[in-house]
Amino acid sequence: MIKAKNSLGLVFFPAFDWAISPTHPEREERLLYTRDQLFEEGIADIEGIQFYNPIIAHEKDIQRVHFCVPNVSSRVTDSHLISAGGAIKAMDAVMKGDVDKAFAMVRPPGHHAQRVVYGDRGFCVVNVEAVMLERIRQDYGDLRVAIIDTDCHHGDGTQDIYWNDRNTLFISFHQDGRTLYPGTGFLDEFGGPSAYGYNINIPLPPGTGDEGILYVLDHVVLPILEEYKPDIIINSAGQDNHYTDPLTNMNFSAKGYAMLNSRLNPDIAVLEGGYSIEGALPYVNLGIILAMAGLDFSNVREPDYDEEALQQTKRTTEYIKKLSHLVYSRWQNREKLWAEDIKGKDLISLERQVYYDTDGILENQTQTFISCDKCSGISTIDSQSDGGYHIYAITIPRDGCPRCVDRGHKIYKDISSGNYTNIYLQDRVNDAYLAK
Amino acid sequence: MIVGLDMGGTHIDGVIIENGNIINTIKKPRDGKDIFVSIWEALEELLSNQDTSKIKRINLSTTVSTNAIVEGKTTPVGMIIQSGPGLPHDFLACGDENVFISGYIDHRGKVVEELDLEEINSTRELFIKNGLKTCAVVTKFSTRNFDHEVEIKRLLGNEFDHITMGHTLSGVLNFPRRVFSAYLNAAIHNTFNQFSHSIKKAMMDRGMNTPLFILKADGGTTSLAQAENKPIETILSGPAASFMGLNALLKTHEDALLLDIGGTTTDIFFLVDGVPLFEPLGIEIHSYKTLTRAIYSTSMGLGGDSSVRVENQGIRIGPRREGPPYALGGPMPTPTDAMIALGLAEFGDRKKAIAAMESLARVLELSMEETARNVLDTLGSMIKSKVDQLLAEINSKPVYTIHELLHSRRLKPQRINLIGGPAKCLSPILEKKFNLPCYYPRDYAIANAIGAAMAKLTQDITLVADTQRRILTAGEYGIRERVGRDFTIEDARKRAVQLLRYSAIDQGAKEDEIETEIIEESIFNMVDGFYTTGKNIRVKAQIKPGLIGDLRV
Ligand SMILES: [Zn+2]
Ligand SMILES: [Zn+2]
Repeated sequence: MIKAKNSLGLVFFPAFDWAISPTHPEREERLLYTRDQLFEEGIADIEGIQFYNPIIAHEKDIQRVHFCVPNVSSRVTDSHLISAGGAIKAMDAVMKGDVDKAFAMVRPPGHHAQRVVYGDRGFCVVNVEAVMLERIRQDYGDLRVAIIDTDCHHGDGTQDIYWNDRNTLFISFHQDGRTLYPGTGFLDEFGGPSAYGYNINIPLPPGTGDEGILYVLDHVVLPILEEYKPDIIINSAGQDNHYTDPLTNMNFSAKGYAMLNSRLNPDIAVLEGGYSIEGALPYVNLGIILAMAGLDFSNVREPDYDEEALQQTKRTTEYIKKLSHLVYSRWQNREKLWAEDIKGKDLISLERQVYYDTDGILENQTQTFISCDKCSGISTIDSQSDGGYHIYAITIPRDGCPRCVDRGHKIYKDISSGNYTNIYLQDRVNDAYLAK
Repeated sequence: MIVGLDMGGTHIDGVIIENGNIINTIKKPRDGKDIFVSIWEALEELLSNQDTSKIKRINLSTTVSTNAIVEGKTTPVGMIIQSGPGLPHDFLACGDENVFISGYIDHRGKVVEELDLEEINSTRELFIKNGLKTCAVVTKFSTRNFDHEVEIKRLLGNEFDHITMGHTLSGVLNFPRRVFSAYLNAAIHNTFNQFSHSIKKAMMDRGMNTPLFILKADGGTTSLAQAENKPIETILSGPAASFMGLNALLKTHEDALLLDIGGTTTDIFFLVDGVPLFEPLGIEIHSYKTLTRAIYSTSMGLGGDSSVRVENQGIRIGPRREGPPYALGGPMPTPTDAMIALGLAEFGDRKKAIAAMESLARVLELSMEETARNVLDTLGSMIKSKVDQLLAEINSKPVYTIHELLHSRRLKPQRINLIGGPAKCLSPILEKKFNLPCYYPRDYAIANAIGAAMAKLTQDITLVADTQRRILTAGEYGIRERVGRDFTIEDARKRAVQLLRYSAIDQGAKEDEIETEIIEESIFNMVDGFYTTGKNIRVKAQIKPGLIGDLRV
């Protein structure tokens, strides 16, 4: 039999009894053909590959990351707790040293779930990677982490959660937001005042193929990782850049995905989107598994793969080269840009609208980041939904200094409930969550 | 009247059972004779003075197939493998000639790339040129669509003595295991068929036309005719015979731990509600992982004759056996010596047993009795910790639905059924360790033969219906038929059970002995765009494994 070069933990949890609705892309059948392919390939018999069942995440794990309105139990179902629990199990296996790497093939996905959760957006309610990572940081201490979002859609939820956290570098490459949901993910979304430059977006033109994505990897992502030196690399592994995906317009192949993972060399991968359940997922998942296990993936290929037809245009290639150069130079100049854009401001506020496409909810929110020279500083959210909620939420970051901890609690205590339906405090220093 | 015969590594035992009563037995050491000759001699002796016309069936557990594989007495096999895209395929080259051909079929059973007829032709010529008489043909996803396997077999023509097709062996998805299983099946085909030919001839010469069944690794039987086609199913039937024997001697409907404690090894098995627990995919033989359904069993190097020594002021037992117990003239103290020294067992030289325990006691600075008890206690602890580890593994087997994850039933033994020499002495120790009642049969000398005699015919089926493509496939049964768009899961269940029954009756099972059950099923909506275009229905069913009738003991 074959022996894996890197021992690999797999949490394969297709949730065959759960769907958003019977004909929704996020339905029972989504990982059925992937299971068939993995079983037929005999993945479980490969020496060094180990399967795990998910654990079930707790309410507390969700509260470290999200403000669920009005509360966790009314927004989060078993399916979400298990999806997040599957990711936790995968990362825990790596942290414990049971395996070198792990891949959580879980559903539903999570990268569109933001700090505030009124409902489902982009098929996501709970940010699976963030819940995983914060639970692991709680159990294993602080870690310097890079999350590389390889889903075709901008990982706006993960961006929102780690916006002001320079210990969590977030890089997302995706189909340009001018042509695809959620419509964000541009270069100027560059991070909060304490993490300016640590949120990196690479919006790619429709039609980008293996060549373009691997170019971005080699010329932007890997050099940045080289400098950032993370303890852990997480691949937020969406599979909808695939040329057969029904919701997107890219030309990435299964072999491209395998090459990406081979070069990125992530410690953890977590499945995100990807809805070409028959033509892409079985092959892409197989490619990722082989690449992570350090095995030969050169024989992984889709039934209708046609290398020539999938070539991106010369114009696309040129565009991506220029874009990559721009993104990378912004990263290199991040301190200068910080001095220009942020320096001297005690308070930075962002106002925006968030649309929950899956549940049809509209939210208006203002996030405020209060600068502190000892820590990342507290942040607050004032948010209203068209469902009648008006909430105020305070976050004390993991590295919060004593002054900021006190300040956060004081705001929570002093704020009058009169104007708000719900008030929350997320105190990450003491791993506490308060609601009133 | 039924007859059971088990050919083990060291002994042959046989039994005749009539209405649950044992009416004759035989137990003979194996001599170096040919397997068929040994079996036939034992059978003749067992049946002498019996009215053979009253025998309803003979169930035979033999090592023919196992030995052929382990001792390398196999026929050279030409492998034709269509591996399609996916894993690299070089590790599948298990045959004497291996040809990887083009063409492939996807997970839905759609032909993506056709066969290259030229390739098959030149392969055929290559095999003929190299004098190969036996082939195996395996294509990826042949359980979903076996057209290519069938077509290749047809193209190979009549030049070969035997051709195994992968899809006939199992409905389970696992291409590498299917390749290895098909290889082994082809490689032992000749040996097994010579054996079966000899048996049939000998029976005919004696004027017997009793139905003959062969014990399989899953503890059930198969007809001789079926075994001739799929000899791979008859590998490793020895542990299955002992397992079934233990079940016949100690009946239960609970979750149970079964232990066969011998001189050098302890075999561990489990029952779930009294039904055998199987290996998840299939058994491994001679480092080939196969799809042959088998009873779950784990062997640990620990038994009555394992050597005992002191290391770091603690007692260490096994995994080696250095010889017989000290009390029987062996070189090292053993758990058996501890039993003899304590007066729990009455054989051998007790003085020697005591001396063996005293040698350990001096190092441990304990009394002889304390030391002997300590040895048996350590043995119990070692078994307990191994069983706990196995239960943890079994209970964390992958699940795929939220329902199963939240509510899946855990295996939790309620009793221990013990067999083997040290069973009686160890029973109180294990009762305490596990906090479970222990049972052991008084007489187990011919347990294996009893297990073989009482084993039922077993069979399983994996059926997939795709109503979008309007095809139902049951690979092992060679079934690929049209279904309507309105085909339901009830229809699938019915068809699965019907195919099982036909096959069982065809093999000679009695209508009233066939108890079928659905063991897995699922149904998925297949959606194109936003419209449901069909259903993907999967049903797994089996003839419930177990024993026919009860033994009066
Ligand atoms: Zn996506
Ligand atoms: Zn501070």
